[in-house]
Amino acid sequence: MTFVGWLQIAILFALVALSAPPLGAFMARVFQGERTFLHPVLLPIERTFYRVAGIDPAKGQDWRAYTIAMLLFSFIAFLVLYAMLRLQAVMPLNPAGLGPVSPDLAFNTAVSFVTNTNWQSYGGETTMSHLSQMAGLTVQNFVSAAVGIALALALTRAFAKSQSRDLGNFWVDVTRCVLYVLLPLSIVMALALVLLGVPQTLLAAAKVTTLEGAEQTLAMGPVASQLAIKQLGTNGGGFFNVNSAHPFENPNAWTNIIQTWAIIALPFALALTFGRMVGDKRQGLALAAVMAVLLSAATGAAYWAEAAGNPIVAASGIETAPGNMEGKEVRFSVASSALWAAATTGASNGSVNAMHASFTPLGGLVPLFMIQLGEVLPGGVGSGLYGIVIFAILTVFVAGLMVGRTPEYLGKKIGAKEMKLAVLAILILPVAILGFTAIAASLDVGRVGPVNAGPHGYAEILYAFSSAAGNNGSAFAGLTANTPFYNVLLGIAMLLGRFAYIIPMMAIAGAIAPKIKASPAAGTFPTHGGLFVGLVIGVIIIMGGLQFFPALALGPIVEHFMMHAGKTF
Amino acid sequence: MIAKAPKSASLSDAGMIARAARDAVVKLDPRTLARNPVIFVTEVVTIFVTIIALRDLFTGGPAWFSAQVAAWLWFTVLFATFAESVAEGRGKAQAAALRKTRTQTTAKRLPDPKNRSRVEKVGTGELQVGDHVLVETGDLIPSDGEIVEGLASVNESAITGESAPVIREAGGDRSAVTGGTQVISDWIVVRVTAAPGQTFIDRMIALVEGARRQKTPNEIALDVLLAGLTLIFVVAVVTIVGLASWSGAVVSVTTLVALFVTLIPTTIGGLLSAIGIAGMDRLVRFNVIATSGRAVEAAGDVDTLLLDKTGTITFGNRMADELIATGGATPRELAEAALLASLADQTPEGRSIVEFVTDKVGLSAPDMANRSVTFVPFTAQTRLSGSDVEDVRYRKGAVDSLLKIVTGAAPADFTDAVDRIARAGGTPLAVAKGDRLLGVVHLKDIVKPGIKDRFAALRAMGIKTVMITGDNRITAAAIAGEAGVDDFLAEATPEDKLNYIRKAQAGGQLVGMCGDGTNDAPALAQADVGIALQSGTQAAREAANMVDLDSSPTKLIEVVEIGKQMLMTRGALTTFSIANDLAKYFAIIPVLFIATYPELQALNVMGLNPDTAIISAVIFNALIIVALIPLALAGVTYRPLGAAALLRRNLLIYGLGGIVAPFIGIKVVDSLLALFV
Repeated sequence: MTFVGWLQIAILFALVALSAPPLGAFMARVFQGERTFLHPVLLPIERTFYRVAGIDPAKGQDWRAYTIAMLLFSFIAFLVLYAMLRLQAVMPLNPAGLGPVSPDLAFNTAVSFVTNTNWQSYGGETTMSHLSQMAGLTVQNFVSAAVGIALALALTRAFAKSQSRDLGNFWVDVTRCVLYVLLPLSIVMALALVLLGVPQTLLAAAKVTTLEGAEQTLAMGPVASQLAIKQLGTNGGGFFNVNSAHPFENPNAWTNIIQTWAIIALPFALALTFGRMVGDKRQGLALAAVMAVLLSAATGAAYWAEAAGNPIVAASGIETAPGNMEGKEVRFSVASSALWAAATTGASNGSVNAMHASFTPLGGLVPLFMIQLGEVLPGGVGSGLYGIVIFAILTVFVAGLMVGRTPEYLGKKIGAKEMKLAVLAILILPVAILGFTAIAASLDVGRVGPVNAGPHGYAEILYAFSSAAGNNGSAFAGLTANTPFYNVLLGIAMLLGRFAYIIPMMAIAGAIAPKIKASPAAGTFPTHGGLFVGLVIGVIIIMGGLQFFPALALGPIVEHFMMHAGKTF
Repeated sequence: MIAKAPKSASLSDAGMIARAARDAVVKLDPRTLARNPVIFVTEVVTIFVTIIALRDLFTGGPAWFSAQVAAWLWFTVLFATFAESVAEGRGKAQAAALRKTRTQTTAKRLPDPKNRSRVEKVGTGELQVGDHVLVETGDLIPSDGEIVEGLASVNESAITGESAPVIREAGGDRSAVTGGTQVISDWIVVRVTAAPGQTFIDRMIALVEGARRQKTPNEIALDVLLAGLTLIFVVAVVTIVGLASWSGAVVSVTTLVALFVTLIPTTIGGLLSAIGIAGMDRLVRFNVIATSGRAVEAAGDVDTLLLDKTGTITFGNRMADELIATGGATPRELAEAALLASLADQTPEGRSIVEFVTDKVGLSAPDMANRSVTFVPFTAQTRLSGSDVEDVRYRKGAVDSLLKIVTGAAPADFTDAVDRIARAGGTPLAVAKGDRLLGVVHLKDIVKPGIKDRFAALRAMGIKTVMITGDNRITAAAIAGEAGVDDFLAEATPEDKLNYIRKAQAGGQLVGMCGDGTNDAPALAQADVGIALQSGTQAAREAANMVDLDSSPTKLIEVVEIGKQMLMTRGALTTFSIANDLAKYFAIIPVLFIATYPELQALNVMGLNPDTAIISAVIFNALIIVALIPLALAGVTYRPLGAAALLRRNLLIYGLGGIVAPFIGIKVVDSLLALFV
């Protein structure tokens, strides 16, 4: 570990800390229907949308209507994307002449992008036409992110209002999110990336002659535009197979910093938006603090493990001074690879600038465990916020009992109904991750997937299902996932991780919204102080640890001890 | 300041323990256990392991290991049911004492309440609501009711424990009587207000026995969380089979069950109902009867407490507090005159003047034996009283009445004093000797000693106190300031009280109300927690959801504490239970995969013997339930600290303690086992 390494990490956190408050304030204004500097330009467009679609933007929806609208929207998006992938061979903008995507892969990919997971069982440049990338995947990168934010807004309003069933209007929230937040930010970021050397072209590839005189084909395409929303929308689906480790998708340290920032900036900002919308900025800061503390800890742990390197490699006489460099790009440091790994898994983004499977066992444990902690650190756009609010509800329940009061969060009493739904929601992750990994690890169709034997091969399966169920989308690499078995099972895991979580979450919003919002009394446990922050951190770690300790013991943990015992497979 | 509850049957009572142990076995019936999801699941998997142990016996499997695990799992379930039995057992002793009051089987029913000579003897069980009964000296009052005629002294020690008889009479605020109490003198006609089996004593018995105990809302929510955790551990443990199959490891089902049971929150699951029963029991020992556990729990949430001024905050009678001599009279002159004017006055005000002059001023009561004295009693017309001592007129009374009988205008310092007293919320009482005005007595509502501390304690708990009074604003403000309440409601009508409560509730606040009069009944019913005083009217008692048998208006402090304590005990033990899991993983996981991955022994931080590690964890898990029964029954100590301080304290003890304790406990058990194997 080096001073420069820590400095890189510190600079990134400082950038996020500086940009999140204005972003959060801006989003709060947009989503509460207040005017911003973008309104003169965008308001006419927004109004036109509503007129064409026949939507009354003033009309609120209760939790059922809101959820049904979201499900309908996502289902249609899935059908359209599936059809587009199956038919890409006969559609325009296919300069490389790629064939149709197979049914199981199309299912997996459509689910993956509609659920904001961006798990990629395919290599982008060799599978997807430009039309599929731009009109299919990139569109979903925008709207699936907007859906996540919209849902978080609905939950936020449940806590903000007293005795109301109105959670806002799904169509309005999605429209505003795309129009005022995601599009402007993406345009600015894409332009910046182009300036820094990321290609943006509709040509298929460039043929170049290398110094040795060999002919080489360099795949290209509209990279910058997809890259911006890939990070901002916590999507993570790369244009190229190796994602942001590719020199065109992440050419230098500057693009690396911008992208890392873009991965976590919006989820952090949304926590602050939450605070503003519920009428107490400190509440948002507390949630952001929980995210920041755990994300820093994970970054530190990954950096420490990677910098320590692999004793077996060291024993064979190979220089390991910078730490474990296997699977890392030399243009990025160990520190910025560790930071990216923690950020992309903490944020349910899933893009990578290094191969997580090549991390040391404990270094690889960090991104794996970050996903298993529930994708709330800071989580995906929107999904991170509603996820951490569920943890906050669980926390105030136990804390409320311990101070001898019926638990309440933000003035809303938490009762049996909310607990039932919260428990239902948190059950999804262990069922999808552990259940499906157990199935894959014990069936032959699953066991052929991993490249490696021993605990590492098992970790590849565990990581894949964690990534899918957590709607993260990053791959541990090493798993041959483009088989009907994995495509279908991972697709189901993604669906469960998204929708089986959202429905109870929205039901909680529906149960909370009509309750009286009590003004804080002296005996109420304050949910904005350090104690609460510490307690939520404890709940997140303990819940994650209790669920996944045995599973992790069989993978990275035992692998770590074996590495130190000099045992290989 | 906080009263200590009388001690109940002790845990060391051998007879009771034996009874509880017997009940614990009866409670193993899965149909009754199903109410408690965690322990029910434990019993199911225990039966499963028992079958495995039996199978192993015949197939030559590791029967000894399975049998040991099975035995300790049975103990785990038994200890949980035992905890509940112990909690119930304490209540049963009280219930038996209460039942004795129902031994009388006949009542004197009056077919015509106006005619006391015609009496029908009927069984008390036949009495219906609306029947009238005659109760005479020596009779037990057959049922709850309202006195419609007569006056009697009643011994209520059966329910209040207070042996001094109290007066109960028709009309007014002291007309309610309770079944099971005894008339000591005189007679009364009582209209029955409770259906058979629904009387106060019946409710009390049901309460202490825990027979009809309903789960409280927070208990249900906690049950959901515990069931959810159990489900999560089902997933976490069952999937181990599949996960381990990757490396070809075969894990023993018995070991997995052992891991499962030690992980699920058996500690809190086993003690949950004991905590609830013990909480209600504690309430009864504080002489409060609650209609439901829900009300007790709600008491722990009260944000605002409404208290009637008279009799609650103040003694209820105005008392002399100061003598102000005016118009050139000396203080001694005034004191003597006030004393003589009050000597024969038996009103509380009069007595307080005598007391004040003799105690504070230091005059002794003059010898009246040889003097001719005529007493002039107070009447509503004259609004003054006094005495004529050998032709000298001593009078005291309302200022305007006195001014009529004295000569000349009131001196300036007299009117000043009167104004000052009125501004301070007091009552000025003028005193005259002959036709000369001597000064003023300042009568004021005296705030009960110590009440300010009680309100401070409530404030520390986060509860706002509001005084309700019929007095004008000035008087109310003065007393409110002196008593240290946070707010007051002056010139309050029953509607005002109701509106005040509704407004607070609309803001999401939980309101507690303490009252005794019939005019308090609507407010008591509207309040989330209504406490009626046992001495109050039947209407108030029915509208309230708790009745305080001691008629102590600040009893709510204890009720709040008990409510909070119940929640805190549940929260603390839940935290403890979950925190325990860390050590259990470290004990069991290394052994679970020992054949495939001996490297995982690095996780065996406790240095347990692989042969006994699992059984040690199971034994610890079972014993901790027994070890915590006393805590479940006594409850976690409540201190009126802020919420954050309270949480920090409990987290330290039950969170951190919950992580550390099993590491030590399991190691100790394992070391002890090493002595035997």
